[in-house]
This record gives sequence, C-alpha cells and structure tokens, in this order.
Amino acid sequence: MASESADPLPHAPESQYTHTLPLPFTNSDLAVLTQGAEALVYRTTFLTPHTPCVLKYRPPKPYRHPILDKRLTKARLLAEARVLVKCRREGVKVPAVLGGDWEMGWLVLEWIEGRTVRKVLDEWVHRLGLRARDGRDVVDLADEVVQRDEGEMRRLLGLMGRVGRAVGRLHEVGVCHGDLTTSNLMVRPPGDLQEPGPERTEDDLEGEIVLIDFGLATQTIHEEDRAVDLYVLERAFAATHPAAEHLFQEVLRVYGESFKGAKVVLKRLADVRLRGRKRTMIG
Amino acid sequence: MAKVRTINLPHYTAYPVHICMFKDVKNAAFLRKQLLEANPEFDYAFLDPTMILTPQHILSATLLSLHLHLTSRAKTRTPHSELVFRLHPNNNIGESYRKFGISDDSDRIIAVKLSLTPEITNESVGQHLGSVVEGESVDVGEGVENVGMWCDVEKVKKVYKLDSNGGKGREGGTAVNGNAPTNERKEMEAVMSGVITLKGS
Ligand SMILES: Nc1ncnc2c1ncn2[C@@H]1O[C@H](COP(=O)(O)OP(=O)(O)OP(=O)(O)O)[C@@H](O)[C@H]1O
Ligand SMILES: [Mg+2]
Repeated sequence: MASESADPLPHAPESQYTHTLPLPFTNSDLAVLTQGAEALVYRTTFLTPHTPCVLKYRPPKPYRHPILDKRLTKARLLAEARVLVKCRREGVKVPAVLGGDWEMGWLVLEWIEGRTVRKVLDEWVHRLGLRARDGRDVVDLADEVVQRDEGEMRRLLGLMGRVGRAVGRLHEVGVCHGDLTTSNLMVRPPGDLQEPGPERTEDDLEGEIVLIDFGLATQTIHEEDRAVDLYVLERAFAATHPAAEHLFQEVLRVYGESFKGAKVVLKRLADVRLRGRKRTMIG
Repeated sequence: MAKVRTINLPHYTAYPVHICMFKDVKNAAFLRKQLLEANPEFDYAFLDPTMILTPQHILSATLLSLHLHLTSRAKTRTPHSELVFRLHPNNNIGESYRKFGISDDSDRIIAVKLSLTPEITNESVGQHLGSVVEGESVDVGEGVENVGMWCDVEKVKKVYKLDSNGGKGREGGTAVNGNAPTNERKEMEAVMSGVITLKGS
C-alpha cells in the first residue's frame, strides 16, 4: 500500500488528473473518492457547510461523438435522479438528490454514513478467522459459526433480513437497481452512532439498509429484471465467502415475504441461475 | 436597520446570500407593486413564509437559481425572480408567483438578496429593507434555521404532491410518516430538493 501511494501515477489514466470540474465546483479543489467507468465521485458539502454530500460527475468522453455524449450523459443522470426521487417519495431508503445539472454532467446526493454490506461481511469473515478449508462442507462451516457465536449470528441474520426487505421494497415500488452488488448496499448506523469511528465492530450489524448507486437503475416491474437483481446480489455474496452464500438464504426468505409477487420472482431466480450456469459452462 | 443573516453557499462563496424575515408587515401591496413594475431598487425575492419549509428547501432553489443565472440559462429576468420560479415544481411562472411570492395582504415576508456585485452587503441590505418594509424585523438565525418557522406544512405537501399517508405498502419510516416534526420535515425536504432539481427536465 505505502509504495503504491508513493508512486500513484504510472498506470492511472491521464484523464483522472486533467479534469476540470464544471461550475460551481471548478475552484473547489475536491479530492476524488472513487473513479468508476463513467463517473468520478467526490465527497464535499452542498447548500450548507454542514451538509456532507457526494458529487457524481460524468466527464465528457473524448472517444464519443460530442453531441451523442452530451445526450447520453444527460439521459443517464436524469434517469438516476428521477429514480432516486421516486424512491424517496415512496419511503425507500436511498440518498436524497440535493442538486444537479444534466447539461454539465453533475449530480449531488446526500451523504450516507456507514459502511457497505461488502465491508461488513468481509470484516465478519475476518473476525471469525474463517478460512475455506479443503474437504469442509459449507454448511458445516456455517454450523460451526453458529455455535461459535450465536448472538453475532442472530444479528447477522437480522441484517440479511433487512437487506431482503430493502430490495423487496425497491422492487415493490417499481424500480430495479441494475447493479445490485454488496458495495451498493450501505448499513447506516442507528441515529446517535453516526459519527464515523474505526473502532465499531459488532454495531455494524445494526443499522438500516440504504441502497446507493442508481446509475443503472430502471423503472420496471418485470419479474425477469427483479430476478436478475437478486442473481447479481447472490453472486456478490458468493464472491465474499462460501459461508456468506448460506447467509443469502435469509435475504431471499425475507425478500419472498416482503411484497405480493415476490414469490414469483424467486421462482424466476431459479431460471436465471440455470442460464447463468450454462453461460459459464459454454463461455 | 433590518436584521439580516448572510450565508455562503458551498462552492458559490463568491456570491453571499442575504436573508431577512419580517412580521406585522403593513405595506406588502407597495412592495409587490415595485416587483411588478420591475423597479431596479427592488430586485429581491419576496417570499411567502408559509411556503418555506427548511433552510435546505430555500437554499436548493437559491443555489440553482444562481447557478442558472451565472451560466445564462435562467428562465426569468433576475436570479431573484428565478428563485420564486424555481421553488414551484411546475413550469408556470405566474403560478409560481401566486404560490411562493407575496400577495397584497401578506403580513409576513421572507426577503432574499444575492450579492452579485460587491456593493450589496449585509449592511446595505439591512439598511434598504429596514427603510422600505413597514414591519418588524425577525432574526433568521445564524444558520438561517428560522426560515421554516411560519411554514404551513400541509400547504407545502400539497404543492409538492407529498402524500401525507406515505407511499403504498410502506413500513415504519415512510416518506412523510412522522409525528416528530423534524423527522417529517427532513423526509419532506429530501424529496423537495430533488423535485426542485428535476423541475423542467
Ligand atoms: N450517497 C453516498 N453516501 C456515501 N458514500 C457514497 C454515496 N454514493 C456513493 N458512495 C461511495 O462512492 C462509491 C462509488 O459511488 P457509486 O457506486 O455511486 O458510483 P459509480 O459506481 O462510480 O457510478 P456508476 O455505477 O453510476 O458509474 C460507492 O461505492 C460508495 O463507497
Ligand atoms: Mg458503484
């Protein structure tokens, strides 16, 4: 890590360092939080000095025709903002839209405190010193975990249930996320715990689920889109640790009870899984 | 001399925002007439405080108005008229003025003035408004936290189409579920900033 940060430039795309942010951020001297394929993400404040926020900027793509590029950027930012406002109206936990300018390519969202589900799961795995061992059955492993700390397992299953309910609520209001990974689910600590502290451990398992990154979201009620959301999330769980796959059953169980029509989605998920497996066997 | 609070919008700190509140106003008709006649001495946003919910509410419309003005995309003559326009979710300028502007019999007023030129200062605004508004100046608060104190929450919900029963199939913590007023306002302003941002798109 240290050597990496000492010499950060060699392979980084030049564009990362030459972007001039549009108004009003041009002279704000902001540090990049993440750089995705399409968007640069910054942390800053907006409207008041005490309102932390995320700035998402989609810079012009030099390899695209400028008019087409502008149109695409505008369409995507607008779609993202519209979905977020719709969710907020319906009481689905997502960041608020604080501002935006589609012509200039930026969107400002409420800052969500907490950690991603991915981080929480990784830390849980690390905490228990779990390692996938040859010849051990995943379920055995999970049983062992249950025995080791029943209380923690209960809290973890509670968290999984809240993930299932959050995704269910999203689908119920007619939105599919489109990129439902564990990195796009945040666990926001309960009210008074909101100061970020590196020392929190088991408290991470409390808190409400907030969905983020609606850059690929669509307004749809199709079972197929809903099932694909679940499938993507399932793959993300599996990638964390074999024991996390076991946890995912609890996500699905609560999802299945979260709205009328959820059971049908679970059936459809089985088809999607099958296709996913075939694709990996052929490809 | 009226009590003026001056704040800086992050990223637009070169254009301070001055805000004043008045009660027991006696000459709203006169003030409104100056606006209608586009008297350059009266380039303010005079707002109906029953329609202003929170600082975030008024500031999201203020920032966008300023931003659109500075980038030559405003739909109205000045950033102050733009502010009144931006507050309304619909694209009808007259309707925006009727809902968010003052009327001839308003007895409470919020006045907003942007420093687009250096001679507009906290003092100059306080001096001018103190001399032309016949009413009692009320402190807006250091973080302009008092802008929402005269709000008619139900009226605001109606204009922004915020369903007071929350969305369908809700669970605890829905859009506007609260009995706790601060929580309810927080949920409301979260939607309203988004609506203001999406206006006209
Ligand atoms: N509202 C938020 N509050 C806190 N952190 C956030 C928020 N939005 C994003 N982040 C952080 O920034 C990271 C990247 O954000 P996001 O996923 O929205 O952008 P992206 O993946 O680059 O965008 P896109 O997928 O639209 O191209 C997230 O994984 C998260 O860590
Ligand atoms: Mg992302």
